[in-house]
Amino acid sequence: MNKRDYWKFITCALLLYSVVAGFLVEIPETMIGQAMRNLFFHVGMWFAMLAMLTTSFVYSLRYLKKFDEKQDIIAVEAAQVGLMFGVLGILTGMLWARFTWGSFWVKDPKLNGVAVGMFIYLAYLVLRGSVDDRGKKAKIGAVYNIFAFPLWIVFVLVMPRLSGESIHPGTESSPILPNHLEPSLRLVFYPAMIGWILLGFWILQLGVRIRKIEISNDQ
Amino acid sequence: MLTEIKTLIAKDFRLEFRQKQTIYGILLYLVSTIFIAHLAFVNAISPETWNSLFWIILLFVAVNGISKSFIQENPCRQLYYYTISSPQAALLSKIIYNFFLMSALSALSFVFFLLLMGNPVVHIPLFLATLALGSLALSSVLTLVAAIASRAGHSFSLMAILAFPIVLPFLSVLMKLSRLALTSTRWQGSGSLFLILIAVNLSVIMIAYLLFPYLWKD
Repeated sequence: MNKRDYWKFITCALLLYSVVAGFLVEIPETMIGQAMRNLFFHVGMWFAMLAMLTTSFVYSLRYLKKFDEKQDIIAVEAAQVGLMFGVLGILTGMLWARFTWGSFWVKDPKLNGVAVGMFIYLAYLVLRGSVDDRGKKAKIGAVYNIFAFPLWIVFVLVMPRLSGESIHPGTESSPILPNHLEPSLRLVFYPAMIGWILLGFWILQLGVRIRKIEISNDQ
Repeated sequence: MLTEIKTLIAKDFRLEFRQKQTIYGILLYLVSTIFIAHLAFVNAISPETWNSLFWIILLFVAVNGISKSFIQENPCRQLYYYTISSPQAALLSKIIYNFFLMSALSALSFVFFLLLMGNPVVHIPLFLATLALGSLALSSVLTLVAAIASRAGHSFSLMAILAFPIVLPFLSVLMKLSRLALTSTRWQGSGSLFLILIAVNLSVIMIAYLLFPYLWKD
């Protein structure tokens, strides 16, 4: 047992707490009633996705600085874990949207932004797949990642706020979710968010280890 | 640097002039796509449809036109350019050249849309300004994507899947602007959109400027 792995216990504790408390906590009266509990799961997926994609971006930058293959492995694995959280976020969001807005998918800047993010990172993986040489693959992938991520952030975080026409909560013009969460919900919300992000890093660590073993087996 | 860029742009123009078939190919692509749209709609179309159709067709034309940027010349000549010019000059000259190309192509598609699909534009100056900014946005984003795609075995589909998601932020603002030009005769409400477009565009060119040297040589 490595001493540096204590954060995995924290992850387990936080997630266990947020799942149990997420289903037991008293939900205040709003239009969406008990569906509010999805807050602890759906939003957590997005936090984890954002953390993973930011990690991917940072490690792509570091790759271009040092040309060290380890950085590139972390970048690509983080993008994959981010994609997985993105898919989970879309699925949990679709359930919630069906309940709140009446259909699984609505035309909304936030939802569009997330779909575009999925396309960007799928394209990133396709781009890497179409190059054989490992060094070249890493370099081209890093360039695309660094080019696409800021544009995606602008599209998903900045533009919906500027246009102000999103019906999705989390923007100023939110009709459903109060921007200032009830203190009792906050007690569950923040630990849940931290827990999901840590879980992302845990999966990332495992993915990086698997990839390293695969590479050393190839050689 | 400036003379280098000027020489490279002049080279691109001369190249285009000598290989006329590529530019004719793009023009034919543009006209026939618009003609298909003209045939596909039996009745007159609403301004909303006109707007979306215009930008979708322009996007495909742009991807088609710019994807050739770095594969037009044979690899040996590319090797020669490595030795005499800086990567920054190469990138900026390509962006400027593609900006001219895109301006011409977008103006032409506007003319053909007027001819074949009717004219719902009520505020021509605003629409033309949108076209100019759109050409700049498309050329700056697509030039770097073309460089990436050309390094990865330049297939057209790769260029498209890489480009579409990152062009979308621009396209959504551009469509909003041109919708304004289709509905009102005033400039009101367009200022902030222009500002966003210019700010994002400048930062894109800056990022491309920093990243391109990594793509320039293998």
